[in-house]
Amino acid sequence: MLGKLTWDAVPLDQPIPMISSGVVALAILAVLAWVVIKGHFPYLWREWITSVDHKRIGVMYTLLAMVMLLRGFADAIMMRAQQSLAFHSQGFLPPEHYDQVFSAHGTIMIFFVAMPFMIGLMNLVVPLQLGVRDVAFPTLNSVGFWLTATGALLVNISLVVGEFARTGWLPYPPLSELGYSPGVGVDYYLWSLEISGVGTLVAGINLVTTVLKIRTKGMSYLRMPMFCWTTLATNLLIVAAFPILTATLAMLLLDRYLGFHFFTNEAGGNMMMFMNLIWTWGHPEVYILVLPAFGIFSEVISTFSGKPLFGYRSMVAATMAICILSFMVWLHHFFTMGAGADVNAIFGIATMIIAVPTGVKVFNWLFTMYGGKVRFQTPLLWSIGFMVTFIIGGVTGVLMAVPPVAFVLHNSLFLVAHFHNVIIGGVLFGAFAGYTYWFPKAFGFKLHEGLGKAAFWCWLIGFYVAFMPLYVLGLLGMTRRMQHYDVPEWRPWLIVAACGATLIMCGIVLQIVQLVVSIRLREKLRDQTGDPWNGRSLEWATASPPPAFNFAVLPQVTGADAYWASKQRRLGEEPEYRDIEIPRNSATGFVCAFFATIMGFALIWHIWWMVAAGAIGAFATFVVFAWRDHDEDVVPAEEVARIDRRHWAQRHALLSREAVE
Amino acid sequence: MNNAHSEVENSIDVAPGDEHLEGSIAQRVIGYLVGLGLAILLTATSFFVAGTDLVWQPSIPVALVVLAIAQMGVHVVFFLHITTGPDNTNNVLALAFGVLIVILVIGGSLWIMANLNHNMMPMDQLMQMQR
Amino acid sequence: MSTVALTESHHGATVAREWSGPASKRIVTGYGFWIFILSDMIMFSAFFATYAVLLGQTAGGPTGHDLFDLRNVAIETALLLASSFTCGMASIAADTRSTTWFQFAMAVTCAFGLGFLILEGQEFASLVARGAGPTRSAFLSAFFTLVGCHGLHVSAGILWLLTMMAQVSAKGFRPDIQRRVLCFALFWHALDIIWIAVFTIVYLLGNAK
Repeated sequence: MLGKLTWDAVPLDQPIPMISSGVVALAILAVLAWVVIKGHFPYLWREWITSVDHKRIGVMYTLLAMVMLLRGFADAIMMRAQQSLAFHSQGFLPPEHYDQVFSAHGTIMIFFVAMPFMIGLMNLVVPLQLGVRDVAFPTLNSVGFWLTATGALLVNISLVVGEFARTGWLPYPPLSELGYSPGVGVDYYLWSLEISGVGTLVAGINLVTTVLKIRTKGMSYLRMPMFCWTTLATNLLIVAAFPILTATLAMLLLDRYLGFHFFTNEAGGNMMMFMNLIWTWGHPEVYILVLPAFGIFSEVISTFSGKPLFGYRSMVAATMAICILSFMVWLHHFFTMGAGADVNAIFGIATMIIAVPTGVKVFNWLFTMYGGKVRFQTPLLWSIGFMVTFIIGGVTGVLMAVPPVAFVLHNSLFLVAHFHNVIIGGVLFGAFAGYTYWFPKAFGFKLHEGLGKAAFWCWLIGFYVAFMPLYVLGLLGMTRRMQHYDVPEWRPWLIVAACGATLIMCGIVLQIVQLVVSIRLREKLRDQTGDPWNGRSLEWATASPPPAFNFAVLPQVTGADAYWASKQRRLGEEPEYRDIEIPRNSATGFVCAFFATIMGFALIWHIWWMVAAGAIGAFATFVVFAWRDHDEDVVPAEEVARIDRRHWAQRHALLSREAVE
Repeated sequence: MNNAHSEVENSIDVAPGDEHLEGSIAQRVIGYLVGLGLAILLTATSFFVAGTDLVWQPSIPVALVVLAIAQMGVHVVFFLHITTGPDNTNNVLALAFGVLIVILVIGGSLWIMANLNHNMMPMDQLMQMQR
Repeated sequence: MSTVALTESHHGATVAREWSGPASKRIVTGYGFWIFILSDMIMFSAFFATYAVLLGQTAGGPTGHDLFDLRNVAIETALLLASSFTCGMASIAADTRSTTWFQFAMAVTCAFGLGFLILEGQEFASLVARGAGPTRSAFLSAFFTLVGCHGLHVSAGILWLLTMMAQVSAKGFRPDIQRRVLCFALFWHALDIIWIAVFTIVYLLGNAK
């Protein structure tokens, strides 16, 4: 009746998952209780859960990412603690648990922190920068978000009901095949990613179409902000790479569920094909993660230097070159698997070539700052921290692109240090820069600057203390994912690394405090004009937060840095206000994801009738959506005029106050 | 024409799958008929080439691939109405990008796996080859 | 991608035209679906690559040459090609808003598609019955997955087709329904393009050995 699911699935004898999930459950219940008792649920349903507004969806993606960052970081703290203790000892995490911890850490950080953070920021900002009202497919956008949330939910459920994969964040066969992973752990991983993969693909289609087809009048390609270019490149990569992930994980699922022989030892299966295909996805994936960060840095650096971005065309060329080249280097993830010198050499050279466009970008950022009036506020601090840190990480990557070096360092802590270096230094620092930079646009007040700076320094110093020792450890021969070890030389480095993780934890705590304090002090930190940073692109022409329709009248663009030019010309006369159609809210995304969660859970536990029920429910949801007659609401011209006039009055007031001072 | 296409005339782009509607219904049907005819011809040729002894055997795979690509082209032009006009630029570029990735994935995988299989051949197969 | 697009004005002279603002819904919807189709093609390419790599891995079991019935494949190909043509007729009917022709063309498309699925289902069933199911060898796993994935897409297409027929019957040729018909046609033609690759690479090449 319930497939493989029994009460044994709940790990009552393990204190760590029981206590942590207990705490989380209490927190969730507390929040729910507060929402319901204070009567906020209708607001939440109407304004957020069923919203198809790109700004709301972007905020929800980012919120998901930040919450999952806490879970992923908890896994990291556990690993550092284990490795500091486990010298000639088993530590406190037996291997079956340690393996799940590092697998969950990687899976969550990549799929449910880094991806949603970037997709969230792209969703929030890109339509505003393009001067338009929403993305190409608003309801589909909502579906994509909720499916991603479903994936995150399933991974977290595995903590309480069943187990997670023990294979690492990429489930290599034969370990991930049924013979060596008979439990539900790998199935949790696979279904969670297949479902959220659909969400990601949908976001990719949405943003590609938006950037290519939905821009305001006069905004030709070469007048788009740099962030929009990197969004285009990123989402082209998503659209090209994620189908490969879907196919590869599907083949592993077929092996596990139906006894196929894609990657098995027997009957002719080829495990190496899994590695080949998964990295054909995996390499573009890391560029999907980092390209939006490059775009964020371009925006932040030019704004806080008071100068247009240096070398815009070369930036565009470099971005599109990275986009294409990222599909030509994937073998460098398995130099040691035995393809031979010729193949290794070609991919090694290609890997070195792909570093060049990134170098171009770094020089352009430096030249943007040079000669500018640089304001060292938090977003710019993150950018400078990124430039230093990412260069080190990139250089170690080019080092490992040399196949003989890879033979020594593959799967050592040197590798681990390298990819954390580029992901934290690149992706996460970019995420935090973007978070701080666009927070006032999303919510109408800035984040507390002092706490932001403190958090930055904790993160920066903490990162170096936590990960530089890992480079040394890699060169000393320590392999990744070790549950315990006996080599005395390694121990001091691991303890230093644990201290670094603690420093990072302080940084995270400071960020949480910053958020709480900023909400408390929001009136003092209020963004009155919509342009708190003296920005250059069109999102700063709107109020903070923007009205549902973004722009009362779509702007006419005549050059790059569209907003800067119009700002210099001062404000013109009032435009002609018209009725605006905005897409209607829809529960489609949420309901679809609900059925997807049911299907995913049922597939994991082999509850076949529930799978069928979920599938029928999901299809019915689409049919109901397809049958609706009204997909747009109208904001009448008077309402548009009222909102817009109030915004411009506020701007005028502040600007004339400044003129007087 | 009709409502669905009045917007098309105003913009510099056309949706993939939409044809520029200068023709009458008869002309459009003929377009599809031509495509169908060419496709039937190419399919029949493929089946013939695959089964016959009249063609030099080693050339068969190449011939089949060429015929397949030609037929895909017929579909793209006559059924999907993708042209090389300036209103189809985005559509063609997207298609080109997709084709590039397909070639990289299939070609790259075949090359890599051939090398891997050769270098990492299991011992028993190696010995069998030497027997 | 230039900053301006050149078009002919009605006087025949070339006029520089700036980007005139957000594209129409039809273009946006069609293009978005086109991108989806390309992503689907890339997914199929992963299955094709796997099939090509595992082609020889028959684990002592039957090869393609032993199993494939080219007469069956020819009929399947004819059915799918014909259905592509009738789908084109349905597109024209939708553009000219003629309900009867639309429903007729879609019904015929459905019939051809179902015929294809029935033949393919029979082929799969008979293979399994002969002990040549997907669990027999890596080659057969790859074959069933690649061809089966295409069949699943056709099945989904049939479901969509029937939904479109119901929609047109219930709501007529509203602009949003017209856009969905456009997307359906793109999907259906793309499936035939993939079938060209399937019957060439899998069946014809598999038999030519």
